[in-house]
Amino acid sequence: MNRIIGFFLVLTLVWACSSDSGSDDTVIVDPVDKVSFERSTMLINWADNIIIPSYEAFSTDLDLLIDSFDTFKEDSNEDNLIKFRSSWMNAYISWQRVAMFEIGPAETVGFQLNMNIYPTNTDNIDGFITTGTYDLSLSSNRSSKGFPALDYLLNGLGEDDASILAFYSAGDKDALFMYTEDVLLDMKSLTDTVLSDWTEGYRDTFVANDGASSTASVDRMVNDYIFYYEKYLRAGKMGIPLGVFSGAPLPENVEAYYKGTISADLFLEGLNAVQDFFNGKHFNSETEGESLASYLDALNTVKDGEDLSALINAQFNTARDLIQDLSSFREEIENNNTPTAMFLAYDEVQKAVPMLKVDMVSAMSISIDFVDADGD
Amino acid sequence: MKLIIDTYIKAPVEAATLAVFRILFGLMMLFSIIRFWSYGWIDKFYLQPKFFFSYFGFEWVKPVGELTYLIFVICAISAILVVLGYRYKLAIIVFFLSFTYIELMDKSTYLNHYYFISLLSFLMIFLPANAYYSLDAYNNPKRAFQYIPAWTINSIKLLLGIVYFYAGLAKLNSDWLLKAMPLKIWLPSKFDTPLIGSFLGEEWVHYAFSWSGALFDLCIPFLLFNKKTRTFAFVMVVIFHVLTRVLFPIGVFPFVMIISALIFFNANVHLKIIGFFSNFFKINLNSFNTGKVFKQIPTFKTKIKYGVLALFFCLQLLLPFRYLLYPGELFWTEEGYRFSWRVMLMEKSGYAQFKIVNGDTGRWFYVNNSDFLTPIQEKQMAFQPDFILEYAHFLKNHFEKDGHKNVQVFVDCQVSLNGRLSTTYIDPTIDLGKQRESFLHKNWIIPFKDEIKGI
Repeated sequence: MNRIIGFFLVLTLVWACSSDSGSDDTVIVDPVDKVSFERSTMLINWADNIIIPSYEAFSTDLDLLIDSFDTFKEDSNEDNLIKFRSSWMNAYISWQRVAMFEIGPAETVGFQLNMNIYPTNTDNIDGFITTGTYDLSLSSNRSSKGFPALDYLLNGLGEDDASILAFYSAGDKDALFMYTEDVLLDMKSLTDTVLSDWTEGYRDTFVANDGASSTASVDRMVNDYIFYYEKYLRAGKMGIPLGVFSGAPLPENVEAYYKGTISADLFLEGLNAVQDFFNGKHFNSETEGESLASYLDALNTVKDGEDLSALINAQFNTARDLIQDLSSFREEIENNNTPTAMFLAYDEVQKAVPMLKVDMVSAMSISIDFVDADGD
Repeated sequence: MKLIIDTYIKAPVEAATLAVFRILFGLMMLFSIIRFWSYGWIDKFYLQPKFFFSYFGFEWVKPVGELTYLIFVICAISAILVVLGYRYKLAIIVFFLSFTYIELMDKSTYLNHYYFISLLSFLMIFLPANAYYSLDAYNNPKRAFQYIPAWTINSIKLLLGIVYFYAGLAKLNSDWLLKAMPLKIWLPSKFDTPLIGSFLGEEWVHYAFSWSGALFDLCIPFLLFNKKTRTFAFVMVVIFHVLTRVLFPIGVFPFVMIISALIFFNANVHLKIIGFFSNFFKINLNSFNTGKVFKQIPTFKTKIKYGVLALFFCLQLLLPFRYLLYPGELFWTEEGYRFSWRVMLMEKSGYAQFKIVNGDTGRWFYVNNSDFLTPIQEKQMAFQPDFILEYAHFLKNHFEKDGHKNVQVFVDCQVSLNGRLSTTYIDPTIDLGKQRESFLHKNWIIPFKDEIKGI
């Protein structure tokens, strides 16, 4: 008897200790009553067809932005300012395709927080240009750099192009150029780090971590993805400027506030990126691979419940339709006493949150954090 | 009847059984506390949060800052003293109080197994677990006994039996048996489990696990109790709990249950375990093998003790059925859900967005829950009405302190249960600030749209 007990106690420990490792690659194909979905295939699709190509495209657009800055620096005329600004808008749009991947290398460098904190701190920026002493790597200076700082430097220094150009032609223009260049180089160096970390190592780590636990790639990516949708897209771009968390509108908290006309476009690109990621759509292509949507469909072959992926896509589409009818967010907020249309659009953006956070997470059994639970 | 009383209550049995249980229980608890600490959970659960969810009537039990560590130290020391059997009575009382205090500090961390440990340690206060193989018995031969009345061991068996049997009863519902929910959701996500992972996506496996799980819980107390089936039953216990440990994040509970189930074996097994300990630590057993029988003189005090124990077990048998006093679906309203051995029964999650409204001007804003709650607290809060109400009251107080006037609190709450599409959970037109917590039914919960049949 003792030996039996001892044997099982040992077995218990061995199994218990090995529960977090190992994986099984065999698939038994049976389309009717079996969930056959390979998380690793989805991870490969995410990494190779979406994440890395998006970073590469963003990196290219950032290079173009720096090129047009160099041109403008050499010859500071209105034409070159307009070109510089349009490269900035291109790169800013392109940024919306990578902002949600705050995982791995991006998380390590704090990519999101270093590239796109708004409202930007114009007092700081003015001070830095005057004194010429600043350290952009300090976390306290995150709100003085990135795309929002460029927004100020490109669109916010004066009322029109002529008055903005005046700053870039004045006697102390060197300091202004120097600061703008440092902001660009900071963005460039962060982007290079993130991209090279992805291509040289992290991609394999990410794909190999194909298990199911709070530290597995899928669970973490889903958490980060929903966090991005809820905090950055829904709240950051719409909710906060609209005043839903403060009771009063905060138009200066709109993304690209000084440009003023592109905030809705930036939002829409972000929403498209979120939806394309949901559907596993390859970057800049109509091809779709394994994705959260196909994962939900696979799970549903056994569960036989509502078609969640279709419902989520429909909700994204409804939200997009309403936002496309809006003017830019700054105009909506500043020109309407109560920005009713934008509130209605916000409500539709909001409705996707419980679908992702409750229904999708629950269907996939994604864990939010490592903690004991007995399934309440 | 008299025969039953003589056999299962009065008959003298080897005290070694209870001594082994005391030692293993103490060790498990010590391990459990060290594990909890080493994960940084004391800081994470009891120091970092700005707000704690209290059990109704226990609002005064709160973490005490850095001193919370001291409570865990006290709990660990008392567990060690229980193992040694030194000043056992005091040690087990302190253990019960400190452990229960910890559990009452924040109900976001409620687990049935913590409740089980509180109950078990309460029961052990009344048991002469230090009669044999303890420092108490060694130091004071007058208190040393080789035999104790059978009820002392059978009461633990009864408590274990209740836990399993009620857990089995709770599974007799249409979601569990007819839809294989929530295992149909949980098992496919465990595809990376060694050996069995590739089968966990198959539908028949979900049904097999559901039915055998229910059958196991209902039968195992009897199979353990019956001498003929005992060894088989114990093997099943080990397999079942190892499986649950591998598949689900339920911490040390499987080990606690496996160790506890050892109590069903007859004394030979426990004497061998003690013999093994004694050889290892070179302990002379002679001073314990006194041949004395522990007898309690029926004084007023012991009568009270028996009364308390009888009441304790009546309560254990009745408490899980208190849900019958509430209208609506238990899994949905969770009125009478806790403290009833409903383990791993639901996949439920929710999303709650609170709206703070100025009752005079109608101006409003949404609350960012992460300003006040940790992710785990937010998760628990979002689908349990008592959490939602308590948090709503906290928000009302908080914003009134901030200078807001006539604060009303509304919530948009969406909840999904066992794979059903999420639906509205709380009446969004109700000002939660005006609702009071009580044991009465909360009529601002939107009734469940579907039906779950069964117990």
